[in-house]
Amino acid sequence: MAERVTTPRLNPQLRRQTGPEGREWVELSGPWILRAIETRFAEFREQLADCARNGDRHWDLSGVTRLDHAGAMLLWRAWGGRRAAHLTLRPEHESLFATLGAPPPEDRRRAPDWRDPFVASGKRLLAFIDHAAGFVNLVGRVAIDTGGLLRRPRDIPWLEISASIYRTGAQALGITALVGFLVGVVLSYLSSQQLKSFGADIFIVNLLGVSVIRELGPVLAAVLVAGRSGSAMTAQLGVMRVTEELDAMTVMGIPHTVRLILPKVVALAVSMPLLVAWTDTVALIGGMMAAKWELGLPYSHFLARLPEAVPIANLWLGLGKSVVFGMLVAFIACHFGLRIEPNTESLGAGTTESVVTAITMVIVVDAVFAVMFSDVGSFG
Amino acid sequence: MRHCLIEVSHLSTRFGDHVVHRDISLSIDRGEVLSLVGGSGSGKTTLLRQMMGLETPSAGEVKVFGVSLQHSDAEEIRRIRNRWGVLFQQGALFSALSVYDNIALPLRELGSLDEDLIRELVLLKLEMVGIEAAHAAKMPADLSGGMVKRVALARALALEPELLFLDEPTAGLDPDRSESFVRLIETLRRELELTVVMVTHDLDTLIALSSRVAVLCDQRIVAIGALAEVVKNSHRFISNFFQGERGKRALQAVAEALVR
Repeated sequence: MAERVTTPRLNPQLRRQTGPEGREWVELSGPWILRAIETRFAEFREQLADCARNGDRHWDLSGVTRLDHAGAMLLWRAWGGRRAAHLTLRPEHESLFATLGAPPPEDRRRAPDWRDPFVASGKRLLAFIDHAAGFVNLVGRVAIDTGGLLRRPRDIPWLEISASIYRTGAQALGITALVGFLVGVVLSYLSSQQLKSFGADIFIVNLLGVSVIRELGPVLAAVLVAGRSGSAMTAQLGVMRVTEELDAMTVMGIPHTVRLILPKVVALAVSMPLLVAWTDTVALIGGMMAAKWELGLPYSHFLARLPEAVPIANLWLGLGKSVVFGMLVAFIACHFGLRIEPNTESLGAGTTESVVTAITMVIVVDAVFAVMFSDVGSFG
Repeated sequence: MRHCLIEVSHLSTRFGDHVVHRDISLSIDRGEVLSLVGGSGSGKTTLLRQMMGLETPSAGEVKVFGVSLQHSDAEEIRRIRNRWGVLFQQGALFSALSVYDNIALPLRELGSLDEDLIRELVLLKLEMVGIEAAHAAKMPADLSGGMVKRVALARALALEPELLFLDEPTAGLDPDRSESFVRLIETLRRELELTVVMVTHDLDTLIALSSRVAVLCDQRIVAIGALAEVVKNSHRFISNFFQGERGKRALQAVAEALVR
């Protein structure tokens, strides 16, 4: 057999022959391997099925140069899951058919059941309860470990805390400033147009001051941090879980709540109010500039009026909220990070879920704050 | 006429200032099992990856099935890629897909086979590597190390390759599993008439499978040939490797088996 190594032309052939006394046989020749039949698969399947319709036909496979499992399987299926009655086969191809059995039974899809939607929603509810319980568990563990640390202050992971503050705070200054400034400009510009028509120009200071300091600043910063740092935390913990780094820490007797989770929670509790103060400032500067363009309100006037328009309680409320937001984002990110399964899909899904949950929870908690503190910092 | 499946000619590899290979030439014939041996960092795995076209050498040429991996168009290389299978060291199963889908993936990628045939082929491959059909729905994360290797082997064989690359086939398996895995590879190799190129540290695997051994050391191939010849070489790495306590024991066992 002259076989060229460089991608030979593969030409499997199938011929129907009729002998002199009306005897019919099918002759196969050439390489019947996956690579050869793959390009003309449908055609061969038809032809073979057609030939196999007459069960008495003789099959001559002695001209087949190469045969592999795919080729054997194709023939086997054409013969209806058994050996053809009359078959000539090269001895070296015999073993390929020896392992083939009857066709495996069709896998039956389960019929849909009317209870399925209820079961599914029940499962979702259970999953939610499971998440809630896991979250409370995590917060509790961190609280207990923090209590332990207060007795042994030497073990406080200062280095990790300061590294986390730098990553979540200092490195987020740029993006929060950009977003804060633009939101300030847009808000001020749109409000100015409305206020101008009432001749109530000066109230732009009240409007901007209260909305930015009390609501927009904290929520904007929290949403950005959830997307930026929360996702990173989830992915980091998830990968550490996949690569068994968390287990390695546990066997060394280093509780990962203290080394990994606590620093993140503390860092966000510290950096979030700072980021909020920064976002507030930049947003007010943006609003002030837009007010000057739109209403001609001088900067000095804006700044002088700000303290009387916005009681200081609003600032404390905004900053206080942001501490809670920061801890919430960190806890949620860590909770989802610790639940990541050791596969790539779970890592992606877990990170997405973490960010979505964190943002949702920030807004829910913000609404709770708004109801609880509706009497605080009022300016009637 | 010799059928040269892989031809490495004057290959050199450099990572920055670090020279890994210096002018290596090597050819692998159809039907043989070549083992690449060498110390850590001697560039065995790099050489294997260059043969698979995953890395490009700094100089020289690698030809597989007569097609140059450096100087051919993408279409030609794509065509020969289906003719080899690779068993990665960690298995490299797609963690998001089940065992079944992992093996079915290369078959589905061909785009011409019907789902029934794919299913039968997948089940056949699973049977060949000794995995029960009940495990087909499992995810790779739920498998033991030995099973991951078997499934990865089934996936490597899915497209009926002629050439099989094995990167540390028995690393991370216990001796018992490793022995049965080596037996499995040997059986399949004989049945499917495979040509095998492998990198291994494990002497038992080396002795059980290889028909030729190439020793990489000091950036070149210091010895290549049948195991019996290579062992006689007096190069310091080879004498350490084969004449060490472990090496002697393994060779002894082979000699005894031969006498019997």
